Amino acid sequence: MSADISLRHRQGDFTLDAAFGFSGPGVTALFGPSGAGKSTILHAIAGLVRPDAGRITVDGETLFDSERNIFVPAHNRRVGIVFQDARLFPHLNVKANLLYGAKRAKEKPGDNETASVIALLGLETLLARQPRHLSGGERSRVALGRALLMRPRALLLDEPLSALDAARKSEILPYFERLRDESRIPILYVSHSMDEVARLADRIAILNAGRIVAEGSLFDVTANLDLIGGGAQLPGTVLEASIAGHDAAHDMSELAFGGERLFVPALGKPAGARIRIRIDAQDVMLALTRPEGISANNVLAAMVLELRPGNGAYEDVLLAIGDMRLVARITRKSAARLNLTPGLSLFAVIKSVTVGGRDPR
Amino acid sequence: MHGFLTAAEWEALALSFRVASIAVLCGLPFAFFAALLLARTQFRGKALVDGLVHLPLILPPVAIGYLLLVSFGTRAPLGAFLYETFGIRFVFSWTGAVLASALLTFPFQVRAIRLALESEPAGLKEAAQALGANRWDRLWSLHLPLATPGIIAGMVTAFAACLGEFGAIITFVSNIPGETRTIPLAIYTAIQSPGGEMMAARLSALSIALALGGLLLAEFLARRAREATGQGPLSR
Repeated sequence: MSADISLRHRQGDFTLDAAFGFSGPGVTALFGPSGAGKSTILHAIAGLVRPDAGRITVDGETLFDSERNIFVPAHNRRVGIVFQDARLFPHLNVKANLLYGAKRAKEKPGDNETASVIALLGLETLLARQPRHLSGGERSRVALGRALLMRPRALLLDEPLSALDAARKSEILPYFERLRDESRIPILYVSHSMDEVARLADRIAILNAGRIVAEGSLFDVTANLDLIGGGAQLPGTVLEASIAGHDAAHDMSELAFGGERLFVPALGKPAGARIRIRIDAQDVMLALTRPEGISANNVLAAMVLELRPGNGAYEDVLLAIGDMRLVARITRKSAARLNLTPGLSLFAVIKSVTVGGRDPR
Repeated sequence: MHGFLTAAEWEALALSFRVASIAVLCGLPFAFFAALLLARTQFRGKALVDGLVHLPLILPPVAIGYLLLVSFGTRAPLGAFLYETFGIRFVFSWTGAVLASALLTFPFQVRAIRLALESEPAGLKEAAQALGANRWDRLWSLHLPLATPGIIAGMVTAFAACLGEFGAIITFVSNIPGETRTIPLAIYTAIQSPGGEMMAARLSALSIALALGGLLLAEFLARRAREATGQGPLSR
């Protein structure tokens, strides 16, 4: 199942001119700063906005084609959407909210499917509640369940976590991860948070000022110097590692990564499990000789592949660590002092690692 | 209770209730449609429609009674047509009082329903659309239930206002005991007749109690309906 989007739309003096695709199973992130046009794209796919021109096909069906004058109304599109602010119907309890789309679906979900969605999202005890007696995180879960139970052929998530505080976010992220692992439909996840994207997405399309500036696997896109320092404002590289072992004495886990080892605070996963990690460019220091007597645990042998002047005083350096790519952001002054050139072997000191915590299929 | 009110007074009270309830119920569908039109659509001439809806609030009721008389009188074209084809006659009949009351209190219903429709939380319509609800479906499953508090408030306010209608009724359908003599007309008649002061006073006290009770009831029912539709108390 897949979706192809190509559209042009003017809103005041802002012009959206974007083309990209997403396919399932799996999550594609539509990433970009606020005002880049992300929500407009989502609304256009759902049929809530009619673009000036373009074409939208989902699962082989043309939902919009300005040249052939096709515009399938939103209520016939079978595209699920979860809004930032949940938008539960205040006069219906949780159960009636969940079943609102299901009742109107051509192929209604069976009792088993309904029960399993309710279980997936942990909503069993909330069914009789009124929406205004729910917490923010509970509301998001109900909105997600409501969209799933209409049995959509694609699911659009419009910054579903951005209205929540950090604690609520970490409470609800595992539900989204389970959804990603169990769902077979393509999911488009709009976000401006690299943390969420790194945890959930397999592919990423980066939108800036109304245009798609990059599209591809999360690993490739986040190791692209054009994007890291450029308009996309990516904070760092997303990588895959496997758990090599645990050091119980120090509460640490050891990760195998590009032929090197990386230590992180203990993870509750068995050895051999593959996990997603993010290393921000700012958190990578470079040294010409292996530094001794420093507190950082993670010192990896690396080779400079490419240098690129970044914003202001900074320079972005693409490194090869085994077959992995990693970006470091240092000052131009340091780059000149160390005399960095492509091909130079050196050591990368990694100050901090964000663990994404997923098991890639 | 018969000890407190005379037979004539009871007659006026019962007639007032009948006229007011039927007037409110007959006006409601039109009021809902007009409110929907004004709250949810944009069209040319919307200001004109808005003005027409509010006209009964600012026109002298006597003028409305006169206009009704010249259009629905049995010798007027519309009135003659209705009488000859359907046997419907408004002049000198309680049904004419219903028509006049419905028209005069129409703005109260429209305003309350429109306010409720406009205060529906933003974005629910789009959520319902994406979940597969078409326009009619959304009207029944979303807009109408959420507007219930406004509908109730509008109905009760219009009902209370109907009980007070005088000028249009007396001009259009005259002052016939048992047929068109509602409470205000009965008060007027009592004041005109020698020795009717006590009756006028009792009926006036009754009017005050009914109007006040109606407004309190409207407030109470609307609050209950807001809670039942999960919208919480209105912030003022």
